[in-house]
Formats: sequence, structure tokens, C-alpha cells
Amino acid sequence: MTARYSIFSLLRNALSYHENWPAAWRSPEPKASYDVVIVGGGGHGLATAYYLAKEHKITNVAVLERGWLGGGNTGRNTTIVRSNYLWDESAALYEHALKLWETMSQELNYNVMFSQRGVLNLAHNQHDLRELSRRVNANRLNDVDSELLDARQVKEFCPIIDLRANGRYPVLGATLQRRGGTARHDAVAWGYARAADALGVDIIQECPVTGFRISNGRIQAVETGKGAIEAKKVALCVAGHTSVLAELAGFRLPIHSVPLQALVSEPVKPVIDCVVMSNAIHAYVSQSDKGELVIGAGTDKFIGYGQRGSLPVTEETLGAVCELFPMFRRMRMMRQWGGTVDTCPDASPIVSKTPVEGLYVNGGWGTGGFKSTPGSGWVYAHTIAEDRPHPLNEAFDMNRFVTGYLIDEHGAAAVAH
Amino acid sequence: MLLIPCPYCGERDETEFSYGGEAHIERPKEPDKLSDAEWADYVFMRPNSKGVLLERWVHSHGCRRWFNVARDTLTYKIHAVYKMGEKRPRVPKTDYV
Repeated sequence: MTARYSIFSLLRNALSYHENWPAAWRSPEPKASYDVVIVGGGGHGLATAYYLAKEHKITNVAVLERGWLGGGNTGRNTTIVRSNYLWDESAALYEHALKLWETMSQELNYNVMFSQRGVLNLAHNQHDLRELSRRVNANRLNDVDSELLDARQVKEFCPIIDLRANGRYPVLGATLQRRGGTARHDAVAWGYARAADALGVDIIQECPVTGFRISNGRIQAVETGKGAIEAKKVALCVAGHTSVLAELAGFRLPIHSVPLQALVSEPVKPVIDCVVMSNAIHAYVSQSDKGELVIGAGTDKFIGYGQRGSLPVTEETLGAVCELFPMFRRMRMMRQWGGTVDTCPDASPIVSKTPVEGLYVNGGWGTGGFKSTPGSGWVYAHTIAEDRPHPLNEAFDMNRFVTGYLIDEHGAAAVAH
Repeated sequence: MLLIPCPYCGERDETEFSYGGEAHIERPKEPDKLSDAEWADYVFMRPNSKGVLLERWVHSHGCRRWFNVARDTLTYKIHAVYKMGEKRPRVPKTDYV
């Protein structure tokens, strides 16, 4: 069932034309009750299940997914991983995640193709430059690797960028996080699913949650497409649909769900070996191992659950990409898609207990959920197992909107919320 | 791309408009009597509905006037457009989960 993947298993299976690989995880029918039910089988939910089983020895766990694993935002993002956030609370959380990324493939025995190729954040004017140097200084105080490059160093690091001074978006400098990079997003979901399944977690796909049974302020069960499932604890981990499920459970959240879109081009030979991001003009570019340019765009301005992005946003992003990289002007785009991202007013997530006893919420990651996948699962598992937050996610309580202790990461979150 | 029927100018392209979020949020009548939790609810908490949402738009690059729209946030179908101060329209009930 859970044979280790290795060069030998690869050779052995090559002899039978790769037709006899065992399934990577089981597909059981749900049991009548569980200690913990996790709603949402994306990267965050599966990571939570894995760390619950591994770190907290809670294995009577089900992960319920309405569609297929990683079919939501996990498979729709632009795969960028970095941790150069401004405030202490965020830096600690995202840096913890980045450290888990660095050992993930070994730990899960699953190649997530984590590639620390370096992430550039461009500055196009004096204000950007001041803002970014502030962030570099803050990062260094928090032991997050971060450098400030001038325009010449940017050109050395990414030679295809157009730095002629008369460009529409002049580049004055950039921050560089060398430990940042990309990972194969589907592999993250599959790797965590396989590892969690091996520890006894039930992964149940095509099982939408349609309601909650709550009595005396305590969660009793979840209603699903496959009948009611009793649970001592229920953990929401559903990104764009966090508000929808919170409403079913009877509380309100400060979240806006908006479409965020991305595109890939036709595959070409290696041309860009780092990640280039620009906050100001909403364009992010990297190149996948298949050779496609992976391009991230901005969010639509209106609330939308449609999982598709508006054409004006595509146009704006591609316009900016062509300005920065004139050599891409004649490239054709192959696919464009959108994901529903849950944005908070302060561009920081909520990993928290809720007004309902035994119900937990992990959401509001907005446009930056992918990079935090392992860290999010790790702190969420602790919050569920101990019924109190880990010091790393204490500040990300939903109560901060009442106390006013907001963690404003609009600068570091990159995509306009 | 949305085609938004401005009640003053008629149907125009989405790019001419700016978004104003949920409509019909009333400023508290007695602000000094509100608790922190009630303020948080007024300032931050939103239904973020999946289904028909009553929301505000402004025709920034046209008549520059505000108005309300009843739009389905899943299908993006616009069910009704009405001026500020007018009564809420009747809209179909949706129960997407």
C-alpha cells in the first residue's frame, strides 16, 4: 500500500511498464464518527491531517473534500514560495512554513519539486524602493534572508528584464529572497494525502459538507453528501468558501472572496530561472519545468465565486509583462483560469477557534495561501489538538478584528486585495 | 467581463465602474453606545454571499453616480439595478453551498 518511492521502486515498476504502481491513498467510505473531521482536501487541509497524525498522534481523522484533492486553489495558484513578510507575527509564521518546505520532499517521501531559485520583488519608483528596503531590514531582524538589489544587480540576476530607462515601468531595484522559489503544487496535496493516509487518516472525496449539527454551543456532527458524520472536533479549511460554511455554523467573518487569475504560455526553452514579482503592476512570472511561463495576475475587484478571472485583469497583467520582458511579446497563452481567494481586510489569515465549541477555522489566506501550506497545517493541527493556538498563530485569532490588533501585510502580500 | 446596466447611462463595460461592496450597511445611529464587538461587526464583518448579493457600484468613468446592483456572485448574472434610496428588489433565492 504505502511502499516507499525510490530509484529502485522506479526501476522495478519500469519493468512492468508502470502499470502496477499501488494507489497512493485509499478511498474509504466515511465511518459514523471521528475524533476530528477536516473540511477541505486542499494542501492546507491535508497538511493539517498529516501533522495531526504525526505530531499529535490523532489518527481517527477524516478529510472531506467536495471535489477532488487539490482541485481548488491548491491546483490553481502560481506555485511561488517565499517568507519575506513585514511584521514579526507573519515573518515567524511564513518562515516556519519555508523551513518545512525545505525538508518536505524527504519527510513525505514524495518529490514536491521544491526549487529555491530566488524570488525578486521589483521596485518601480522611489516609494517602492523605500518600502522594499524597509521590508528587507525587517526581514533581516527576523532572520529571514533578504537582500536589496540595485538595477544593475537585478539585470545580472534576471538578464531578460528590460531596464532601458525609458520603459513604462522603470526598475530601480528589487528585493531578493534566495531561499524562495517554486514547488509543484499538485504534488504537495498528493504528498500530504499519501503520508496522512499511511498514518491512518481517511480521505473522502466527492463529499460536500452541507450543514453542521450544533447543540449547546458545541459541534456534534457535520451533514454531508454521504450522510451525517459525528465528530468531536471539526476544522474548516476551505479557502474561498470559508464565509459560506461560517454562515452555516452561525457566525460572521471579515472575509471577501474574489477571483484571482493566472495563465500559462506555450512551452519554450529555459529563459527565466528565477521568480519575478511586481506588486505595483500585478505581474508575476516564473517558468515551469515543462517550459511554460507561469504568470500570475491581480484579483477581480468584485466578490465572485465563479473560479474565472475577468478579461480586463488579464489584459492589464499581460501588458505589464510585455513591458518588463519585451521578448515575451509574441508568445501565446495556452490557458487562463481563476481561483476563489478569501481575503481579509488586513491581508493576513485567520487560524483560530470560533464561537462554536469544537469548531475551528483556518482561512483568509487570500492571495498567499500556497506558500504557507506546511506552516498553516502545522499550526492548525496544534490549535485543534490542544484546543488553543500555537504561539506562532496566536496573533491570527479572529478576535483581532474586535481588539484592533490587525496585522497589515498589504505590502508583502503582493497582490492587491 | 461584466456588462453593467447603469440606471443613468445604460449598459456599459465593467472597466468603467468601481466596486463599493455590500449595499445597505447603515452607520450606527448611536455610535458612542456601541461595544467593540458591535463596531467590528459594522466595520469588518460581511456576508460575502455565494448567491444573489446586493452591492454598490459607481460609474467612475461615466456619470460618476452610485447605484445598487443585485448580482449573483456565482453565475455573475445581474438580476436588478436600482438607484440609491430605492427599495430593494425581489430577487430569486439561491442556496449554493
